Amino acid sequence: MKEFKREDGRKVDELRPVVIKVGVIEQADGSALVSMGKTTAIAAVYGPRSMHPKHKQVSDRAVLQTFYLMAPFSTNERVRPGPSRRSQEISKVTREALEPAVFLDEFPKTGIDVFIDIIQADAGTRTAGINAASVALADAGIPMRDLVAAVAAGRIEEHFVLDLGGKEEEVTKCDIPVAYMPRKKQITLLQMDGDLSPEETKEVIKTAIKGCEILYEKQKQALREKWVR
Amino acid sequence: MIIQKQFISGLASRKMRIDKRGQDEFRDITIETGVIAKAEGSARVKIGKTEVIAGVKMGVGTPFPDRPDEGVLMIGAEFSPIASPDFEKGPPAEDAIELARVVDRGIRESGAIDMKKLCIKEKEKTWMVFVDIHILNHAGNLIDAAGLASIAALLTAKMPEYDEEAGTVSYEKKHKKLPMKFKPVPITVFKMSDSLFLDPNLEEEDVTSVSLTVTTKDDGNIVALQKGGSQSLSLEEIEKAFELSLKKGAEIRKLLEKHI
Repeated sequence: MKEFKREDGRKVDELRPVVIKVGVIEQADGSALVSMGKTTAIAAVYGPRSMHPKHKQVSDRAVLQTFYLMAPFSTNERVRPGPSRRSQEISKVTREALEPAVFLDEFPKTGIDVFIDIIQADAGTRTAGINAASVALADAGIPMRDLVAAVAAGRIEEHFVLDLGGKEEEVTKCDIPVAYMPRKKQITLLQMDGDLSPEETKEVIKTAIKGCEILYEKQKQALREKWVR
Repeated sequence: MIIQKQFISGLASRKMRIDKRGQDEFRDITIETGVIAKAEGSARVKIGKTEVIAGVKMGVGTPFPDRPDEGVLMIGAEFSPIASPDFEKGPPAEDAIELARVVDRGIRESGAIDMKKLCIKEKEKTWMVFVDIHILNHAGNLIDAAGLASIAALLTAKMPEYDEEAGTVSYEKKHKKLPMKFKPVPITVFKMSDSLFLDPNLEEEDVTSVSLTVTTKDDGNIVALQKGGSQSLSLEEIEKAFELSLKKGAEIRKLLEKHI
């Protein structure tokens, strides 16, 4: 078989260059920056603090709120400021990707707010955002069952391809973002756009899980660098 | 309420349900098409007491610059306050946006509509297809009901006529069907007490904390996935959800065929 070349020369199961920095926002209780190739997400955690809006307060647990936002200058065509249908859906699935990891019942009646700003977008912004948010929650000292690592995978020609970047999103037969808690072997985010047999879909999910395991080690390493002396 | 929740979870741990259904058994499904005379296509779907109307409207507009030779598809959803004490008026909330986007993905990604056939003049004029989903009564499992109503409305829609010289659309004459290729059907699998079930009623939805919507098309391929809820799933559970959705999706597709 002819060697398969990706647009940036990566192997099929290779992540884009990953950068994780912990504690990048001085004002926040916890924060992190995650770059995956040319995609960069910054997450800041505020809380547990008093719940706003107050009517959303819950008596026996904390309420996790997530806000995904793309900076207007983050893409080729300017992103209109303010929430879009896309950003509202991503905020929802991001929250649901993080909730399984956080011990929310430790902080009744409070709110934990996670703000995710995408300052540069080149495919995989929701997964980069989840990676940053998970590290930021840990940085804020919020008790967690595990870190959540996330990456997308796809299928280009006959190959299962990890961490779709740039133009790969346009040629893949499917785009499957996955978020994963490696210690618990639990999937916390799963979405798909595409057209693929169930067997192949499973293989793409497994490809993404392998990527999550690599990212998980990088997340832990970044947290250790800040917190362990 | 808490007692009822515990009762439902207790039953679920023995793979039983409050209304005696089997794990993969739907409530009664009825599909009626052509229920709105003014719409180009429409369908009312009932699943048990859940009731949804989808309407198709069409117009002529400009194609998107990145798809100059294709039609435009827009899918929206309204959770009208008439349908539930939990729905509030105002712009679509998170759940309505998610529902519309999940239904949209299934129809778009499956290539259900032959979008190239909707183009009138490349870069300049194309048909725009609007599918609007209106929830009439919320008694659980809205995504499956909305997805089924949307595809039923599209499959039975008749296109209005476009007068190229005058640049006007005539809604009086409708005869041509939309160029449809596939019938994507979303099936939501939900987890209660570590077991997987289909078609939750409202009481069961209150107990469940994680679900997976799997949209399949005629050839058995998966075209869209969406995990929902605050808990997680194992890979084994996801594989099982694929099987359940494929089987039920094929059954519902047969039911759909009787209406087109």
